Amino acid sequence: MIKVLQPGLQTTVQDIGRIGHYEVGMPPSGAMDKYAFTTSNLLVGNDENSAVLEITYMGPKLQFEEDAVIAMTGGEIPPKINDEPVGMWETLEIKAGDVLSFDFVKGGARVYLAVRGGIDVPVIMESRSTYTLCGIGGLDGRPLQEGDVLAIGNEARVDVQIGQSIDASLIPTYGKSHEIRVIMGLCSYRLTEESKQKFFDLEWQVTPEANRVGYRFKGERLNFVEREQPFGAGSNPSNVVDLGYPIGSIQVPDGVEPIALLNDAVTGGGYVTIATIISTDLDKMAQIKSGEKVKFVSLTIEEALEARKEVKEKLDQIRKQLI
Amino acid sequence: MIRYEYGGDEFIFVELSEEMSLEANFKAMAITNKLKEENLNSIIDICPGNASFMIRFVPEEIHPNEVIEKLKKLEAEVSWEDMTINSRIVDVPIFFEDPWTHEVLMRFRDRHQDPESTDLEYAARINGYDSKEDLIKAMTDSPYLVSMIGFVPGLPWCYQMVPQEKQIEVPKYVRPRTFTPERAFGFGGAFAVIYPVEGAGGYQLFGTAAAPIYEKEQRNKDFKDDMTFPRQGDIFRYRSVTLDEYNAIRKEVEEGTFEYLTKDFSYKPQDVLKDPKAFSEDVIRRLYA
Repeated sequence: MIKVLQPGLQTTVQDIGRIGHYEVGMPPSGAMDKYAFTTSNLLVGNDENSAVLEITYMGPKLQFEEDAVIAMTGGEIPPKINDEPVGMWETLEIKAGDVLSFDFVKGGARVYLAVRGGIDVPVIMESRSTYTLCGIGGLDGRPLQEGDVLAIGNEARVDVQIGQSIDASLIPTYGKSHEIRVIMGLCSYRLTEESKQKFFDLEWQVTPEANRVGYRFKGERLNFVEREQPFGAGSNPSNVVDLGYPIGSIQVPDGVEPIALLNDAVTGGGYVTIATIISTDLDKMAQIKSGEKVKFVSLTIEEALEARKEVKEKLDQIRKQLI
Repeated sequence: MIRYEYGGDEFIFVELSEEMSLEANFKAMAITNKLKEENLNSIIDICPGNASFMIRFVPEEIHPNEVIEKLKKLEAEVSWEDMTINSRIVDVPIFFEDPWTHEVLMRFRDRHQDPESTDLEYAARINGYDSKEDLIKAMTDSPYLVSMIGFVPGLPWCYQMVPQEKQIEVPKYVRPRTFTPERAFGFGGAFAVIYPVEGAGGYQLFGTAAAPIYEKEQRNKDFKDDMTFPRQGDIFRYRSVTLDEYNAIRKEVEEGTFEYLTKDFSYKPQDVLKDPKAFSEDVIRRLYA
């Protein structure tokens, strides 16, 4: 058992996500940074899809009531056991009665805490991921609260060695300005050529509205090609006949403040979408904080598939290192 | 022109038409149904939309361009006019001008096109109805096709089965509200919706549905298998109810004894398109027979 002494800003139980239910409007939820998530499970020898804790900006304070093996990956929110700093991207031992806490965030935004065996909460639609908007998954469908008690599951799959860590070359670094790669498309035909160019030229600032649902950006207004609005779309030039939004797609309501739709986002709606963040860079999005700068970079589909392959190869390297 | 677009490296988005029509919706349904029948492991999600659809796939198993080729082939082959749609006709009770959505729409008046009237009064006026009662009559006289599910779990986009000149069309709020009550009945563009859970929203607010369309506790009969009730292809008839009937239904829902009045029904797109009025009358007759 793990006792929650302090919950942190927003700590939720997440696994790979609730996949395959997009058709009924169920977003995937799940760990936002899949690379860090998978690595945390590998470090403790879990099934790669075991549930972990996703920690946001400000870490929780947790008391372990049994001996456990843990690992933390992702953004730099320095962890401490009984007030002594411990490493990230490393397999650690924690004893019954020990308290795990965190310092202020230094880089990135989210930490993944895997516990050998996995966090045991009920499986809802094939996933343990928390989806707070509808109150399902995780612990009662909500972020952790003071006084909660978490059970440890039995999803340990392979033996691990305390103290083993990931090669430094495989650990991402987190700056304050970011390049996020996208594939232009969906309804980008609605933008003027000038605005398409502007979307890539500008440095966008992440607003305080940046969470698991989506990230909103401040920059300049984008303009739409003039047209008579098609039947059923609604009168604003940014309106389209309501359609599906891919995970990671970027919509531009009224041409102001683009919104990147992330793990807990709405699955469809009536606003123009103009580009989609490639799947590997959704991991990067998860580590971006409000106030930081983002530049969007346009990729072809082949380049996106290449980027995807590179990340897969890195994870394979980690798997090999740890076995 | 049909647009095939990459939605990143895991999605293909296909826009059949920029404009909403029953034809586009039936076509999307036909293509996505065919793809579903193939039961491919490389495809994760098949999401039919109003006049578009979206596929999520595993790029390691199928190249995005192969998905596009496959969809183009299906689009060319599929004959949607005479496909059989196995659906349900459902009686959906709505309490129009209820106190809960009224309180919310008054609170967000500064985000509306017309702060001086209610959403229903505004919609009646811009659609050329003499009174809000006439608009309610038009909204409840003919049934709707559930043309897409999404936004949040279970939200049905409903497109009325009437000729285009009789369609009700309203803009969305100038700026979206930050709050919409659970089960609110709204209208935006040419679509009626029920909000399954409370949250943000930009549709005009006309009333509240008495029964849930999403129930995570899965207590009532219609939710035993799924937390969400609506299915694409369903036919919903919105029926205006009084406060008394609304309260009676709420009581049933809370006791776990509520069940939607539904009738199984198979139809072909050409039945609707040939004579929407006769189709509507037939649907309503079957529902209450």
